[in-house]
Amino acid sequence: MSNNENNQKHILSLLVENEPGVLTRIAGLFSGRGFNIESLSVAETTEPKVSRVTIVTREDVNILEQIKKQLNKLMNVIKVLDFKGMPFVQRELALIKVRARPEHRAEILRMVDIFRSRVVDVGAEYYTMEITGDEDKIAAFLELLRPMGIKEIAKTGSVALAREKK
Amino acid sequence: MKVLHEEGVDTIFGYPGGAVLDTYDELVKTDIKHILVRHEQGAVHAADGYARASGKVGVCLVTSGPGATNTVTGIASAYMDSIPIVVFTGQVNTNLIGNDAFQEVDIVGITRPCTKHNYLVKNVENLARTIKEAFYIARSGRPGPVLIDLPKDMMRSSTEYKPINEVRLRAYNPTYEPNMKQLDRVISLIKKSRKPLVFAGGGVILSGASGELKKFAHVIKAPVTSTLMGLGAFPASDPLWLGMIGMHGTYCANMSSSECDLLIGIGVRFDDRVTGKTSTFASNAKIVHIDIDPTSISKNIPVDTPVVGDCRVTLERLNKLLKDEPKKDISGHREPWLDQVMKWKETRPLTYTQKDIIKPQFVIEKIWELTKGEAIISTEVGQNQMWSAQYYRFDKPNTFITSGGLGCMGFGFPAAIGAQVAFPDRVVIDIAGDGSIQMNIQEMATAVQYNLPVKIAILNNRYLGMVRQWQELFYERSYAHTEMDHAPDFVKLAEAFGAAGLRATKPEEVVPVIEKALSINKPVIMDFVVEREEGVYPMVPAGADITEMLLV
Ligand SMILES: Cc1ncc(C[n+]2csc(CCOP(=O)(O)OP(=O)(O)O)c2C)c(N)n1
Ligand SMILES: [Mg+2]
Repeated sequence: MSNNENNQKHILSLLVENEPGVLTRIAGLFSGRGFNIESLSVAETTEPKVSRVTIVTREDVNILEQIKKQLNKLMNVIKVLDFKGMPFVQRELALIKVRARPEHRAEILRMVDIFRSRVVDVGAEYYTMEITGDEDKIAAFLELLRPMGIKEIAKTGSVALAREKK
Repeated sequence: MKVLHEEGVDTIFGYPGGAVLDTYDELVKTDIKHILVRHEQGAVHAADGYARASGKVGVCLVTSGPGATNTVTGIASAYMDSIPIVVFTGQVNTNLIGNDAFQEVDIVGITRPCTKHNYLVKNVENLARTIKEAFYIARSGRPGPVLIDLPKDMMRSSTEYKPINEVRLRAYNPTYEPNMKQLDRVISLIKKSRKPLVFAGGGVILSGASGELKKFAHVIKAPVTSTLMGLGAFPASDPLWLGMIGMHGTYCANMSSSECDLLIGIGVRFDDRVTGKTSTFASNAKIVHIDIDPTSISKNIPVDTPVVGDCRVTLERLNKLLKDEPKKDISGHREPWLDQVMKWKETRPLTYTQKDIIKPQFVIEKIWELTKGEAIISTEVGQNQMWSAQYYRFDKPNTFITSGGLGCMGFGFPAAIGAQVAFPDRVVIDIAGDGSIQMNIQEMATAVQYNLPVKIAILNNRYLGMVRQWQELFYERSYAHTEMDHAPDFVKLAEAFGAAGLRATKPEEVVPVIEKALSINKPVIMDFVVEREEGVYPMVPAGADITEMLLV
């Protein structure tokens, strides 16, 4: 498979017609042609009937070209945008449930503060935090929390938009 | 039904069932002809053959569940070869979908990867528009099959038909007009080239570009080869014709592709059966690739000058540009190259030797002679297919009908039926293998019922010959399960169906059998008992360089 650590990560942003089956068509294209998909997120846009799909993939440039062309060929895909070589903002959201021993609580809250995260649920033993940011920021946050004991996490895929001219 | 009329549908190939009763009830009230096949796979291949021969969209109608699943092979074959068909499948009532209802199957899900597009109609208001879109999508751009799943309640309810004049799809807009800058690049490559080669594919036939192709090749004085799907796009009687390229291509075509300095691919997709080892394919050449589908370009072989556009439109533009160029610039200095090519052609032609056992190649040559090269030929898959490609010399497009991409045994006979429906007065012959013909032989009843005088020429080697050939060459002659000793008596079989059956066992019987068959105005099976272990040559082993040919 072409899933190679050396391959660069690419973010593709698609505008698609909001019809049943569109997501299956996209996911099916990736699995059927052996393209690798790292994350995928979908939601409606401001325009009714149009959704934005953000796909993160790690493939070499030739395969990426083929992916883009194949996506464009799908009947419900209106536009395919590749953020390569252009400035863009990218965010992910993670919910993290961490063990909050009394002796760790202050430390956790300090980290929450530094990372501009938020505690969204407090239980007897666990705190649940929410954090948004790019992949690296979330990874760093998780790394610091790990020694305290992470019970579970839920993470979205990336969403991204091109930056406007300043 | 009105929409079908507007789309010019005159024939539907189909098979009824519970979920399409209402549709059939309406269908019989129209003047659309319905051909009742004997298996839904046959319906799809027939619609496909109809489309390939006529250039129109082929149409099928089948019921839900098993009716729908039986269409899948046919749809996949049409998809691989970019053939425009529309398949209507019945579906259970909308409120039962997802319930594992009787004869329910998610055919939209099943066919998603092998249709150009598919639909489930959930609102009868959308039905007319959906059908319009389906026909438009099937025939435009790079053509392909489109499936429409029709829940039973949708077909029971009625709605006011509001005419739809135009189909415009926001997310689908194929590029027909080529980029002029790219065309200028093509012209300058032609000017620099000393050893050009034109390489045509099914796209030339699908876009109706054969006339322009002929002009183009002669203006730039380039020899022409084609893929299996491209046979007929360029006349085989033309002196610039080299024969087919690829795994069973001619010596001359394969050598030329390797030696040329400019390869102009038109409506091709550089399939692995054509290129052999991709890293050495046309490695001395600049490659121009003209195709309407951007995904075909640089998929397998890196291309120097891509041109996205319709083959016919692009060739028209190129021919126009070439008019303004001095003749010697675009076709000068060709003699050494053309001499070389002709030498390959003469020294290593396709050959076989026949003694007292019939050679399959001989049968095809005689069929070609006796039909004056004017028959519509369909094939099954295997050696019969490759020999047909090599020995029947096609001069016209839409006369060679074969399952190229999928290589689907059982395709040829129903496809021949479809072609015969499109052209009742032409000679249509399915060149078959003894194995393949048994895969859809039930359609003989269809041919007899509708007086479709399709001819079947079985090259009967009592082997799954092509697989046997691979075993001979690459598996030390271990013929594991490729011997087909138990087959019906094809002559009696034909008679049992109410068709005619003829047999030839000696070379001198071949011509009389063909003549006799051509004189009978009903379906005929010709059973040619041929040399059992004849091979198809040249042959390039899979994945080898295309010039590494095994010759006879
Ligand atoms: C549906 C299907 N099953 C299996 C194959 C694999 N296959 C390719 S050629 C071939 C042999 C065909 O035998 P026959 O029809 O007798 O033709 P011959 O090669 O002998 O001319 C087989 C089994 C296929 N192409 N299609
Ligand atoms: Mg055989």
